[in-house]
Amino acid sequence: MEFRYLPMTKEDKQEMLEKVGVSRTEDLFSDIPKQVRLNRHLNLQKPTSESQLMKELTKKANKNVNVKTHTSFLGAGVYDHYIPSIVDHTISRSEFYTAYTPYQPEISQGELQAIFEFQTMICELTSMDVANSSMYDGPTALAEAANLSAAQTKRKKILVSKTVHPESIEVIHSYAKGQGIEVVEVDHKDGITDINALENELNDDIASVIIQYPNFFGQIEPLEKVQQLVADKKTMFIVSSNPLALGYLTPPGEFGADIVVGDTQVFGIPSQFGGPHCGYFATTKKLMRKTPGRLVGQTVDEDGRRGFVLTLQAREQHIRRDKATSNICSNQALNALASSVAMSSLGKQGIKQMAWLNMQKAHYAKRRFQEKGMEVVFSGSLFNELVINVKFSVTDLNKALLEKGFIGGFDLERVDKNYSGYMLVAITEIRTKEEIDVFVEEVGAHIG
Amino acid sequence: MANQDFPLIFEHSKPGRTSFSLPELDVPEVDVAELINDVYIRKTAPELPEVSELEIVRHYTGLSRRNYGVDSGFYPLGSCTMKYNPKINEDVIRLDGFSHIHPYQDTSTVQGALEVMYDLQCSLAEITGMDEVSLQPAAGAHGEWTGLMMIRAFHEANDDFNRTKVIVPDSAHGTNPASATVAGFQAVTVKSNERGLVDLEDLKRVVGDDTAALMLTNPNTLGLFEEEILEMAKIVHEAGGRLYYDGANLNAIMGYTRPGDMGFDVVHLNLHKTFTGPHGGGGPGSGPVGVSKELAKFLPKPILKKNQNSFVFDYDRPNSIGRVKPYYGNFGINVRAYTYIRTMGAEGLKKVSEYAVLNANYMMRSLQDEYVLPYPQHCKHEFVLSGKTQKKLGVRTLDIAKRLLDFGYHPPTIYFPLNVEEAMMIEPTETESKETLDGFINTMLDIANETKVNPEIVQEAPYTTIVKRMDETTAARKPILRYKK
Ligand SMILES: Cc1ncc(COP(=O)(O)O)c(C=O)c1O
Repeated sequence: MEFRYLPMTKEDKQEMLEKVGVSRTEDLFSDIPKQVRLNRHLNLQKPTSESQLMKELTKKANKNVNVKTHTSFLGAGVYDHYIPSIVDHTISRSEFYTAYTPYQPEISQGELQAIFEFQTMICELTSMDVANSSMYDGPTALAEAANLSAAQTKRKKILVSKTVHPESIEVIHSYAKGQGIEVVEVDHKDGITDINALENELNDDIASVIIQYPNFFGQIEPLEKVQQLVADKKTMFIVSSNPLALGYLTPPGEFGADIVVGDTQVFGIPSQFGGPHCGYFATTKKLMRKTPGRLVGQTVDEDGRRGFVLTLQAREQHIRRDKATSNICSNQALNALASSVAMSSLGKQGIKQMAWLNMQKAHYAKRRFQEKGMEVVFSGSLFNELVINVKFSVTDLNKALLEKGFIGGFDLERVDKNYSGYMLVAITEIRTKEEIDVFVEEVGAHIG
Repeated sequence: MANQDFPLIFEHSKPGRTSFSLPELDVPEVDVAELINDVYIRKTAPELPEVSELEIVRHYTGLSRRNYGVDSGFYPLGSCTMKYNPKINEDVIRLDGFSHIHPYQDTSTVQGALEVMYDLQCSLAEITGMDEVSLQPAAGAHGEWTGLMMIRAFHEANDDFNRTKVIVPDSAHGTNPASATVAGFQAVTVKSNERGLVDLEDLKRVVGDDTAALMLTNPNTLGLFEEEILEMAKIVHEAGGRLYYDGANLNAIMGYTRPGDMGFDVVHLNLHKTFTGPHGGGGPGSGPVGVSKELAKFLPKPILKKNQNSFVFDYDRPNSIGRVKPYYGNFGINVRAYTYIRTMGAEGLKKVSEYAVLNANYMMRSLQDEYVLPYPQHCKHEFVLSGKTQKKLGVRTLDIAKRLLDFGYHPPTIYFPLNVEEAMMIEPTETESKETLDGFINTMLDIANETKVNPEIVQEAPYTTIVKRMDETTAARKPILRYKK
């Protein structure tokens, strides 16, 4: 059988074998010991033609309910936002997507400059000095930040608010295990980090305090109060932040954050079942040389022309090996590019407008739920998510909503048994008044 | 390539220009400022560019023309497996039912996606000879760390807390020792012998009851198959350690041999290498891990399982090392890999390895007279040359790499692995035609000749690129990592 990705003809093969000095390709595998040779064919499905495979996979894709077939009120870390058409056109340019990491700056100025621009946009949004070229996702970026704080302060304990995304907390635990770091979870009060509890836990053993802003419940955490608690202490202040919210909210950098991380999925990246998205990592000048991952810097070439290179590589695994600041190598460059295009498209005006629209719609939904007699659980300021108590199985409710064309909110019982009946509802700028009205009606109708 | 002076997107910015198209407010407006403590309302707007849509399109089109991918030309970057990235893969992941599903949808609404993931898990288990696979890790390095955390959990479950060391060969990729550190181990080096393979005597010397694992790439980063793999497995296993397989080089052996059959306990794969996930200018990738039965219970959770009629996630895994990534891994890259595996089947994948190895050997034998070949045996999918001879003439491997740019090639990986002086690591991959290989060979021979007759030409290359060699020293000494007006 012939394969369209394999160009060698029989004649080619013959000439090459002669050059190599063997009669069969099998001879090139003679160094594989007999005992470990596979003496059968791999048990895989037969090769499939392009049209056949496309047909089959389209059928599989069509089995999946998605945010194009249904109206979604599901968020909890992954959001259904407006994606400008230019995003996919840009990342589909194969000079970008079929390139490796830009190791050769002379032929990689496009990628390098795009990353430099991404770094700048992240610095602007977070109000931090330095941002890297991307991390796998928000939660692993947060876990790396936690590890960095322990290395930097030489302390082995971190405080994480329970209002941080539960999967982020899980990832922090997994990473901390490797470094022997103790993770203490701090309770919340009415959906916001309990500042008194935090204060009680704070002492000279604490490497860092981790807060999410807006938090997992959609509430705007009082960063100023946390800043006051950690001020003048060696304890570092780490904030995980939805970068879209920073179009309207005061950036963590203005509250003295040492590290700000998050995920830029909100800018031009489809949900695609949870990945790949794109982590960002921003920090202070002081921690620049401790930053994980790749950094692009501006410089000049021999003729004095401006250009860009990968820089401060002495932090990285390929140079420092076991002494590197992180083991990360590949990151999420193409998605960082997607987010750069989306952020450029929004621009200085659009980012604020989009954040504002999210807040408007969320507040409208909140009012509608309340008018319907439903309890909106937490009372703090919110961004684009809120928790309602439907006093009903959220899973069952979602099944019913599905029939009506909706993907319902997140069932908080999945993360805490005490939250039975609590639904985390996300309302983004692309939800219309009508969609919100009908959704509220349907929820109301089902829970009676 | 495009013009030389290329403004930043910020330098196109002009107040009042926009490119966004947001919906109108269709709900009664509330005064948000009333609802939020003033301290949390942003006062200084972020300086994102104010540009029109066409300006953005021209900007990024221009940037793309200042970049080089596999679609632009030959890319023999060793260890990176820069093969063709099939277009159908890109079409499949863009289907709404794959790209627009939310990870928290009820599993009954995403059975098509779960089926693809499940089939991929099974295919990867079969290709590697492992018992179970998790698709959670985001990239190779992430898979390494995940694997080492499982090995750590395994030893701890045996009440064995003294296994603090991970052995890595001197030829290992940098992520191996780095991952060992992040997983809380101490990395110790085992030397290579004169044949470029792990020195068994040295392995016996470093192995002991403090050995948690040996991390091995096979074929190794010199492109050589570790022939004594069974002996090595025995040494490590008898000492109580576990064997870790860095699958970045799987492209050489598919259908010929399997890590599981070689005695490996944990494997990670780079789907963005062997299985055609595009590199994207640095990512995203996907780094699934496979394990033997013994280690399966430590896999990250959740685990995707098949029940009677449906696919479900199993969160009830008391021995799991926990979650290593939000949601279920880089689904988008996994779907591409699945599409590729289905395109090729067992027969195609074996041919992939056959030609990957033939192409590398052909190139190696065509270049060995002009460049030092430190290890003369057949190679697998890649090989490493040394620029020692050229260095004596004043031309360094870096210069050769830069000279290749003038001929329209992406250079090989250089100065890696570390155990070869002036290393050039060349991986042609199976998707290149003989004409392409011959073109590159001839260019390499021409450069070798230039080195002899006119070394300055090579030393001062490149000449045809939009920028010349960059001042990297100043970049690191006085870092400018962001644009400022
Ligand atoms: C041999 C080897 N191991 C591990 C890695 C790390 O993979 P990733 O970049 O996906 O983290 C690479 C990639 O460069 C590699 O070549």
